[in-house]
Amino acid sequence: MSTLTEAPPPLAPEAPEPKPPKRTGRFTPYWLLLPGILWLLVFFALPMIYQASTSVQTGSLEEGYKVTWHFATYWDALSAYWPQFVRSVLYAGTATILCLLLGYPLAYLIAFRAGRWRNLIMILVIAPFFTSFLIRTLAWKTILADGGPVVGALNTLHVLDVTNWLGMTAGDRVLATPLAVVCGLTYNFLPFMILPLYTSLERIDGRLHEAAGDLYARPSTTFRKVTFPLSMPGVVSGTLLTFIPAAGDYVNADLLGSTDTRMVGNVIQTQFLRVLDYPTAAALSFILMAAILLMVTLYIRRSGTEDLV
Amino acid sequence: MEQYEPDRLSAAQRAAMRRSLTNGRASLTRRSLLRASAGGALAVGGLGTLSACGIPAAGKSQGGVSAEDHSAKEKTVNFSNWTEYMDVDDSGKHHPTLDQFARRTGIKVKYTEDINDNNEFFGKIKPQLAAGQDTGRDLIVLTDWLAARLIRLGWAQKLDPSNLPHAYANLSAQFRSPDWDPGRAYSYVWQGISTVIAYNKKALDGVEVTSISDLLDNPKLKGRVGFLSEMRDSIGMTLLDMGKDPADFTADDYDAAIARLQKAVDKGQIRRFTGNDYTSDLTSGDFAACVAWAGDVVQLKADSPDIDFLIPDSGYVTSTDNLLIPNKARHKTNAERLIDFYYEPKAAAELAAYINYVCPVDGVKAELEKIDEDAANNPLIIPDKAMAAKSHAFRSLSSKEETEFEAKFAKLTGA
Repeated sequence: MSTLTEAPPPLAPEAPEPKPPKRTGRFTPYWLLLPGILWLLVFFALPMIYQASTSVQTGSLEEGYKVTWHFATYWDALSAYWPQFVRSVLYAGTATILCLLLGYPLAYLIAFRAGRWRNLIMILVIAPFFTSFLIRTLAWKTILADGGPVVGALNTLHVLDVTNWLGMTAGDRVLATPLAVVCGLTYNFLPFMILPLYTSLERIDGRLHEAAGDLYARPSTTFRKVTFPLSMPGVVSGTLLTFIPAAGDYVNADLLGSTDTRMVGNVIQTQFLRVLDYPTAAALSFILMAAILLMVTLYIRRSGTEDLV
Repeated sequence: MEQYEPDRLSAAQRAAMRRSLTNGRASLTRRSLLRASAGGALAVGGLGTLSACGIPAAGKSQGGVSAEDHSAKEKTVNFSNWTEYMDVDDSGKHHPTLDQFARRTGIKVKYTEDINDNNEFFGKIKPQLAAGQDTGRDLIVLTDWLAARLIRLGWAQKLDPSNLPHAYANLSAQFRSPDWDPGRAYSYVWQGISTVIAYNKKALDGVEVTSISDLLDNPKLKGRVGFLSEMRDSIGMTLLDMGKDPADFTADDYDAAIARLQKAVDKGQIRRFTGNDYTSDLTSGDFAACVAWAGDVVQLKADSPDIDFLIPDSGYVTSTDNLLIPNKARHKTNAERLIDFYYEPKAAAELAAYINYVCPVDGVKAELEKIDEDAANNPLIIPDKAMAAKSHAFRSLSSKEETEFEAKFAKLTGA
């Protein structure tokens, strides 16, 4: 502390006037932006233009495809495949809500109660990512097999009667039903919900909880008035990170579902690779993008969150 | 990739899983996922630029477009094949038959297993072939309908018979003259694929299955029947069951077959349409019976006593995977010599002993008996007379039919 009392050493007389920081080139920020911009241009903007062009073309593989501004493709695609669109939104929405219900308590536990187990639990949440997405989904086929213990237990507990009534299952099996697809989506996207929730919960100052207690708030009131509102950025980004990829997913519907659970991703894949109807596939991709963009915009407006984590 | 696999699975399940992930004719791959959803968000400006990106018509040229043949100077050949479609030694690094070929001819084979899915591979090579460029591959293996499409588009080169004496002499009669390549001017068979009915005895629990009709109608099998997402296999088997010939059917016959399957889908008889992943459904018993590829069944059967197969009285569908030389390949002669090598009975027997598909080479039985007696007597590998008599090919489709039929089949399978 004695150094504080000492007079600052006199400036060396030959030291020049301190110059203002040297102005770096006017274009430096643009140079820094360049890699990102190029990346977006080559891998996002160009494919997007190509895709938009494809969606208004007509033709065949032999004759080639020409841009004929055939916008009817959009309407045709929508009227033929609207059930798959509705289904995608429904399944992705259900999976997102399930992810939130499962993910919030876990994120809360990790952020506030886990203590020295915190890192271990975090690793357990992330660990499934070390294996392939497909392997994990295929594993669910073994877990939910008709003769397996899970389905047996659900039957004994009459859970399947309830899901049958809800139209989520048919008969005494889980695989190849909407329930299996929603479960698969929930499982595969759960970490995308937990991680942002955890980040925003972990940031909450513990003293706010103490303050709430000092003001005679019950724990439930504290949660309602303090914790939950402060975790909203996590809730919003978590639901977005879950809903958007889930709505476009086709792996779960393909492996765990049946003919009546096909989602819009499956339709796009089939049209693009099997039927070779490139315009319809491109139009469907655009409709899906537009629909998601619209829903997300409305959602963000409503939830009024300025900063997403 | 062996070390990443869970070891609690049996060898057959592992193989099935690996196939369904990497080798499926209709399997899902990360790449197809990316391609299918290519397009992330909405940001389009300058509609004018859109018109500039039409897809050019496929170049039509009879006999394909050859490049200068560098075979004599460059003693090499680039061979692209499906995964697990070649014999491998115990170390897993060498392919004995390819090594033999290299020793004998001095031609080094650059062997790449980069074909995972017909549709996806077509998407991969289409841009180069459409633009009249070299794909970097001298020899590729494609299932017959895609081979037919390439020939139709003029993207495959005509083979020189003088380089193919063994192939010409030893190709089995049943594969000699498909309607899409009469006299095998452009292609030779790599392996044949039989589509049969596979079943799980335990899951069937005494229910008798003898035909596709049993699969579609027997109420005891409700929700436990699988069909293949490969249109020609599922429709072909159904057409046979309805007394029609897949080699010669009309659009009305096709619609009738679709309607027959649709009825089964509507009443919940068919659980789902699968790619190679049916193998896991069958071993777990979720499928009591399904339409299946015989090559898989040979492997599953070896591992699980419950799995077996049957050939319906109405017959079965045979398809082929074919060797083709794409346009502009640099080493055409070398590729032809490699094709010919695999039509020598000894090399064919060594391959057949390893990969369990239908061997297209006559005179291979004697050679195969020396290596593996069981395989030599397996009608799924070397078809006997009775088996060959029931075999039916699916006729080739025009481009318009193909799109129309695939669209109808897609609707049947849910999208």
